[in-house]
Amino acid sequence: MKRSKTMEFGVGLFMIAGILGLVFLGLRVSGLTLSAPNQSFQLEANFANIGSLKPRARVTMAGVTVGRVESIELDTQWYDARVVMSLDSELEGQLSRDSIASILTAGLLGEQYVGLSVGGDPETLEDGDAIRDTQSALVLEELIQQFVSNMASN
Amino acid sequence: MQSKFSSSSARITRLGRRGCDLIEAWGRAGVFLAQSAVSVPSREGWRLWLHQMHFVGVLSLAIVLVSGLFIGMVLALQGYTILVDFGAEQALGQMVALSLLRELAPVVAALLFAGRAGSALTAEIGLMKATEQLTSMEMIGVDPLRRVVAPRLWAGFVSLPILTIGFGVVGIWGGYLVGVEWLGVFEGSYWSNMQANVNFISDIGNGVIKSMVFAVVVTWIAVFQGYDLVPTSEGISRATTRTVVYSSLAVLGLDFVLTAVMFGGL
Amino acid sequence: MTDAPFIEIEELYFSRGDYEIFRGVNMTIPRGKVTAIMGPSGSGKTTLLKLIGGQLTPDRGRVLIDGQDVHRLSRKALFSLRKRMGMLFQSGALFSDLDVFENVAFPLRVHTDLPDTMVRDLVLLKLQAVGLRGAYRLTPAELSGGMARRVALARAVALDPELILYDEPFVGQDPISMGVLVQLIKRLNQALQLTSVVVSHDIKETLSIADYLYLISDGQVIAHGTPQTLDTNQDPRVSQFIHGEPDGPVPFHYPADAFYRDILGDTMTTKAG
Repeated sequence: MKRSKTMEFGVGLFMIAGILGLVFLGLRVSGLTLSAPNQSFQLEANFANIGSLKPRARVTMAGVTVGRVESIELDTQWYDARVVMSLDSELEGQLSRDSIASILTAGLLGEQYVGLSVGGDPETLEDGDAIRDTQSALVLEELIQQFVSNMASN
Repeated sequence: MQSKFSSSSARITRLGRRGCDLIEAWGRAGVFLAQSAVSVPSREGWRLWLHQMHFVGVLSLAIVLVSGLFIGMVLALQGYTILVDFGAEQALGQMVALSLLRELAPVVAALLFAGRAGSALTAEIGLMKATEQLTSMEMIGVDPLRRVVAPRLWAGFVSLPILTIGFGVVGIWGGYLVGVEWLGVFEGSYWSNMQANVNFISDIGNGVIKSMVFAVVVTWIAVFQGYDLVPTSEGISRATTRTVVYSSLAVLGLDFVLTAVMFGGL
Repeated sequence: MTDAPFIEIEELYFSRGDYEIFRGVNMTIPRGKVTAIMGPSGSGKTTLLKLIGGQLTPDRGRVLIDGQDVHRLSRKALFSLRKRMGMLFQSGALFSDLDVFENVAFPLRVHTDLPDTMVRDLVLLKLQAVGLRGAYRLTPAELSGGMARRVALARAVALDPELILYDEPFVGQDPISMGVLVQLIKRLNQALQLTSVVVSHDIKETLSIADYLYLISDGQVIAHGTPQTLDTNQDPRVSQFIHGEPDGPVPFHYPADAFYRDILGDTMTTKAG
């Protein structure tokens, strides 16, 4: 009887350890936050070229992460890429209408992310609005090509 | 000419018999799983399950955790020497975490589980069969599938995912020990890079799903091999070997398929 | 007490692979008696018990226990029929993860809702009957072969069954525990009014307890009767078995080609050839 109690206790600890491990992985490793996920709003931006931007990439402002890329699809009207981002709801109604979205690269070989910079327009962006002013990703091959053709023409 | 024809036809017949045997074994195994996994849980069943959880889960914890620690440490060491060439050693946390959570934790934990718990399950059930315990249970009017097999199956199904999570946690901690404490990667970037790049659903969730699939396959193979073996000492040793071989192959093969489906955009 | 036989076996055919074990076996086993089924090793006696217990299904023929066709029953009905049977296995087949007490208590716990104190009393009563009440805390690994078989016997009668099947109860026992077992089987049969089927090839012991005997060989019943009639049976196959003569119609040699041909190597089929 006593042995079976300690055994039950051991199994209980084992299972609690499993749940705690999952919580650790969730909070510490994948950076989940316990705040409600619906506190965000969405903005769209069309880019001529997104390079290698992926869904779930970071959206930053002055280097601070303020949201993430939700989806990327081809806009068949203009044949460019429509990127839907979800941003921290604190920024809803705070970003001016002429804000600029640009695709940046973390380091020379790092992953790509979206950087926002604020303009001066008094009107602000609301949920579902689109950012007009965008800068496409720098594609290394195009850059080199430009450099080479400049060299040649000089 | 005649004999050549008849010998090749005999060969085809042999092949056919092999095929039939194989399909029959698969069928038996499937019926076996369906009959034993689906049974009404009772208070007695709960107690038996707990007992088996102790046996296959708690007692496998030590080997799984120690292996996880070492694998995490090795990953950090190897990763550091490569990443430092690109000046990207701050990505160490992300590399350790992703390789552990997506691949190494589910696969290595499942392989260790097959060796530690799977072979023991096969041998135990095989011995019960060889000493007529299963038959006598049947004659007492108790279904051995429900009494002996079901608790072991369910204990395996539940234990391996927990062991896999433990493996991942300890491995990440091992990577931290080597990367941050020893090699001097900045602690903040170890964790923040990890958090920025590990997704709970697609990385941790998929890893856990993998381990669940492996749990079902490994436990199923182990228990079925024990139940279906030839009840002699040679039969038991062969079945134990088969358990380890089959489940290792199944884990590695399924891992490729699952990875292709989960991360390969299939 | 009715006189209808407890078990009837009609035209039973059973084969394993290409090898026919039974070719039309007929038996009637009377109620409340000890019936022995004897035959040389490998004549399928244990298989016959498994057919009676419903663990194997015959190719043809049927087995009736108390009027119920064992192989036509649903799984549930079969399991409830088995509550009325006990079986003693050759090896004892005690559950190795339970101690002696729990082994005997096992059928009570799964088939009845008796309170713990009553289970305890019943188990100790059964263990007392086989003389092992003092050993109730031992594990099966600590028991000798004879003791294990006695514990298994206590477990087989735990639910007070109407039928007990004994599979080779005397094999590998020293003379003392053999005598103990013979006494026990006899006493249990008289005390509990149960029907016993003993499968064995130990002639002396079996003859001393059996009320009726069946002799099987070559997949068929070759003789049956009371021990007295069989003792004087003139059939050479019967008298060879009953009197334990080494050679006779039941050959000492496994069927083979003529010896000189093997020796001379004419027809030896070796792997190298």
